[in-house]
Amino acid sequence: MRIVCPFCGERELGEFTCLGDAKPVRPAAGASADEVFDYVYLRDNVAGETSEHWYHGGGCRAWLKITRNTLTHEISSVEPAAGVGAAKVGA
Amino acid sequence: MVSLAQTHRLESGGLIDRSAPLNFSFDGKIFAGFQGDTLASALIANGVKLVGRSFKYHRPRGILTAGSEEPNALVELRSGARREPNTKATTAELYDGLEAASQNRWPSLRHDLMAVNQLFAPIFVAGFYYKTFMWPAKFWEAIYEPAIRRAAGLGRAAGVADPDHYDKAWAHCDVLIAGSGPAGLAAALAAGRIGARVILCEEDFVLGGRLLADGGTIDSMPAAEWISRTLAELAALPDVRIMTRTTLFGVYDGGTYGAIEQVNDHLPSPPQHQVRQRLWRIVAKRSIVAAGAIERPIVFTGNDTPGVMMASAMRTYVARYAAAPARRVALFTNNADGWRTVETALGAGLQIAAVVDARPDVSSEHRALATKAGFPVLNGSVVGVEGGKDGVRKIAVSLIGGARAEVEADGLAVSGGWNPAVGLTSYHRGRPKWQDDISAFVPDSAPPGMMAAGAANGAYGLGACLRQGFAAGAAAAQSAGRAGNPGTAPVGDDETFSLTPLWHVAGKGKAFVDYQHDVTASDIELAQREGFESVEHLKRYTTLGMATDQGKTSNVAGLAIMAAVSAKSIPETGTTIYRPPYVPVAIGAFAGHHRDENFHATRLTPSHHWAAEQGAVFVDTGLWKRAQWYPRSGEKDWLESVTREVKAVRGGVGFCDVSTLGKIDVHGPDAGAFLDRVYINTFSSLAVGKARYGLMLREDGMVYDDGTTSRLAEDHYFLTTTTAKAGPVMQHLEFCRQVLFPELDAQLTSVSDQWAQFSIAGPKTRDLLREIVDPAEDLSNEGFPFMGAREVALRGGIKARLFRISFSGEMAFEISVPARYGDALVRNLMLAGKQFGVTPYGTEALGVMRIEKGHVAGPELNGTTTAADLGLAKMMSTKKDFVGRVMAGREALVAADRQVVVGIKPTDKTRRLRSGAHVIPKGEIPGPDNDLGYVTSVCFSPTLDQWIGLALVERGRERIGEIVHAHDPLRGEDYDVELCNPVFYDPDGGRQRG
Ligand SMILES: [Zn+2]
Repeated sequence: MRIVCPFCGERELGEFTCLGDAKPVRPAAGASADEVFDYVYLRDNVAGETSEHWYHGGGCRAWLKITRNTLTHEISSVEPAAGVGAAKVGA
Repeated sequence: MVSLAQTHRLESGGLIDRSAPLNFSFDGKIFAGFQGDTLASALIANGVKLVGRSFKYHRPRGILTAGSEEPNALVELRSGARREPNTKATTAELYDGLEAASQNRWPSLRHDLMAVNQLFAPIFVAGFYYKTFMWPAKFWEAIYEPAIRRAAGLGRAAGVADPDHYDKAWAHCDVLIAGSGPAGLAAALAAGRIGARVILCEEDFVLGGRLLADGGTIDSMPAAEWISRTLAELAALPDVRIMTRTTLFGVYDGGTYGAIEQVNDHLPSPPQHQVRQRLWRIVAKRSIVAAGAIERPIVFTGNDTPGVMMASAMRTYVARYAAAPARRVALFTNNADGWRTVETALGAGLQIAAVVDARPDVSSEHRALATKAGFPVLNGSVVGVEGGKDGVRKIAVSLIGGARAEVEADGLAVSGGWNPAVGLTSYHRGRPKWQDDISAFVPDSAPPGMMAAGAANGAYGLGACLRQGFAAGAAAAQSAGRAGNPGTAPVGDDETFSLTPLWHVAGKGKAFVDYQHDVTASDIELAQREGFESVEHLKRYTTLGMATDQGKTSNVAGLAIMAAVSAKSIPETGTTIYRPPYVPVAIGAFAGHHRDENFHATRLTPSHHWAAEQGAVFVDTGLWKRAQWYPRSGEKDWLESVTREVKAVRGGVGFCDVSTLGKIDVHGPDAGAFLDRVYINTFSSLAVGKARYGLMLREDGMVYDDGTTSRLAEDHYFLTTTTAKAGPVMQHLEFCRQVLFPELDAQLTSVSDQWAQFSIAGPKTRDLLREIVDPAEDLSNEGFPFMGAREVALRGGIKARLFRISFSGEMAFEISVPARYGDALVRNLMLAGKQFGVTPYGTEALGVMRIEKGHVAGPELNGTTTAADLGLAKMMSTKKDFVGRVMAGREALVAADRQVVVGIKPTDKTRRLRSGAHVIPKGEIPGPDNDLGYVTSVCFSPTLDQWIGLALVERGRERIGEIVHAHDPLRGEDYDVELCNPVFYDPDGGRQRG
């Protein structure tokens, strides 16, 4: 598999680590235990397009948000994971 | 025994080098061959027909094919450490001194006692593993499995380490082509002329594919001449790379392909400094599968008799290798292409006994050929072959209309048509589609960027192969973004391919579908009767296609027979899923150089070379080599050395390299706020010049890691992690910073390799430090109090970081210098410390002292413990949000009956403790219901002069003083221990503060 890192260009899969589903958003401080439980544990088992967090540990150390089709492994987009913070990695 | 006659070598012709004779041995007998032979062609040239015994029934078997689809002629190649079982004689290149041995026979190939399996054939039918060995269970281990392994094992592995090297490499191109037949070469021409970067892989050691045996006319010249002109043109193109002996075996995501290059398999052993094989990962924008087609057998009684051979293979042996598989050849075909074998055999001066053609009609050209050469053409079917170990003798034919005929021959060429090699196009779960006119599966879809051309795409004529290949090459180059001129396509004749499907000729006796796994037509019928009708069930139940040849010659025939008995069409029956690798690939090739000491990278600490000079014993911790202890002469074991080191520290001064800890610089105005979010305790309030112990949780509330963090400036913290978690914590913190808290202005820099760090511990630490630190620096308890941290100058001016932290419980500092000074520092510590009896200590003494102090480490930070379990609940801030805060409050994580860290001491002071022992209430019979926990860490404490330990015990802190039972079923030990305060040494901490 090849991933086009927005900072490093096209690189081989072995440079990256997949964390998993990028959809859940960490609840703000003060959130209920149920909300945090859902954030930590509840995941959709998607057959098709899904967004995932990947880490370019063998390159720029950026966390990336990758849109990938779980049926074909096709990657349709790669972007820095969280705007402001991630953008600084390449700056 | 020497037999150099080459009795079956033709007098002329072939692509062999008759000026380069080679000797080789098969089952200890010496034979001769020529450069350019394969082992199979050389055996054929010497009249050897029997080359192996079959898997289940130990039937005598010969050579069936001339390529990588071979199911029968598998041998043990080479000897000693290089012995390689299940090697295909049909692809093994001959070299001088080659040693090969037949497999699966005992005591000898000709007299194989296991052939009695044939008499017990009914128990070896489809599903026999499932049916026969069900009961009783213990019989399986004791009797069935060893017996089956001895009876059914094919070749023997070398049994010792592989002495050769394997390499792994990457290549990138615009157009990757598999196969160098007419379609592959035409594709390379088109793509290369356009200017594409081309890589062409060919598994053979000679380029040309079927052209090498079948010839033909291309652009009005003989095929051989066209090949050499084409290769010359390709060589002159700037970026066309041709890789022979290289098999494309797999297709992976994103246009990545796997190929195995047999760099030196054609030599007795690789030349010095060269690898045996090289695993290629090729990244290609486009790919063209021009891998050809595989001729398929027809299933009939005795079709596995030595001397029965695929018609195309017979042509290959005769035309390419000038080796005659038989002197009097019969042909059994259901298509016109099989007749080429007749032409080739006649051209080489062989006799044709008869042609048995299953089609209703034979072309007038072929009739005329038969008349001219004087052999009969029998329209009908072969119903049986008579023969044995010495090969085919008689062929029984059932003629159309029911009459019988017998043909005497010593070889039978068989053609049941051709199957396109659809493996590569189907590896992404693609299902091939049925094409009626050739009665074969052809590629339907292909992985992104791939197309098939030529025979692999169901185009069987030479002209069509050239046209398709050329068009595919041009299209691939253009869609890869190249825009040159491909010129004109090579032109060849278009032959007609006339075939009447015939898969199975019913008859008495065994008729084999899968030769390598001994699956017969009746096995498939039995599977259908027993309900294993789906092709995936059929495959598992009969093991059809599950041998090392992956059913290249057998799968489609098996499906066709299943279709017939289940009254379905072949496309309705369908194919199984195709999976890589296309050919077996040695594990060694996947490992490459990553074996033995190079299995992973090795990290050496800054003091490593010095420690090695001292004779230190090293331990692997992750990638690191760490000094475990420093034995001195006269010490009888590790315990004596470790005990001395601990006493030296507690009584004087010692040092230990702790550079393996993960080290991270955190910079920025929000650095403190960031640390507050990732640690359970607060760092924004830490004063500049101070250090603090920190504990990190996972978001699920379990403890993740611990370490000391120091504030070196208002906007600069220096954080340490455990050795094991250095990488993962960095990744986690980057996630927190980039994804969870991007609003915070902080930056992380891994500086683990930048700093050499040593712990200096013991009551004389200050005395030693004063010898190496600039005298202007105040190291007094007031000037540098416990948990102080700041930059200092060393004598000579080097800047160092000094941290007054203690893991040992003694008065201690950790000192950091740039890694390049680490070796000098350790040597200076030894020089300066001589007067104080300075003692280097290793990870064992470090561990002893931390257990004496009740500090938790890896065995307690095991991913299942909470801060409270570790006795660190008070550290957890209630005034801020941090990773893991909410989940740490879950009911089960704060339950009163959790297993928590507690100390243990044996009631018998002389008793040794072992970690892993279970803790059980005293007087009870151990069981899962009364298991209170387990021992995590133990050591011999020189300070207390007895073994002590830490354990995770249910309600442990409430049980302090209780005598419990340690149960160690693994080692068969049972003894009593007392639960106690985990801090065994200096519980009020006076020594580290002094
Ligand atoms: Zn990157």
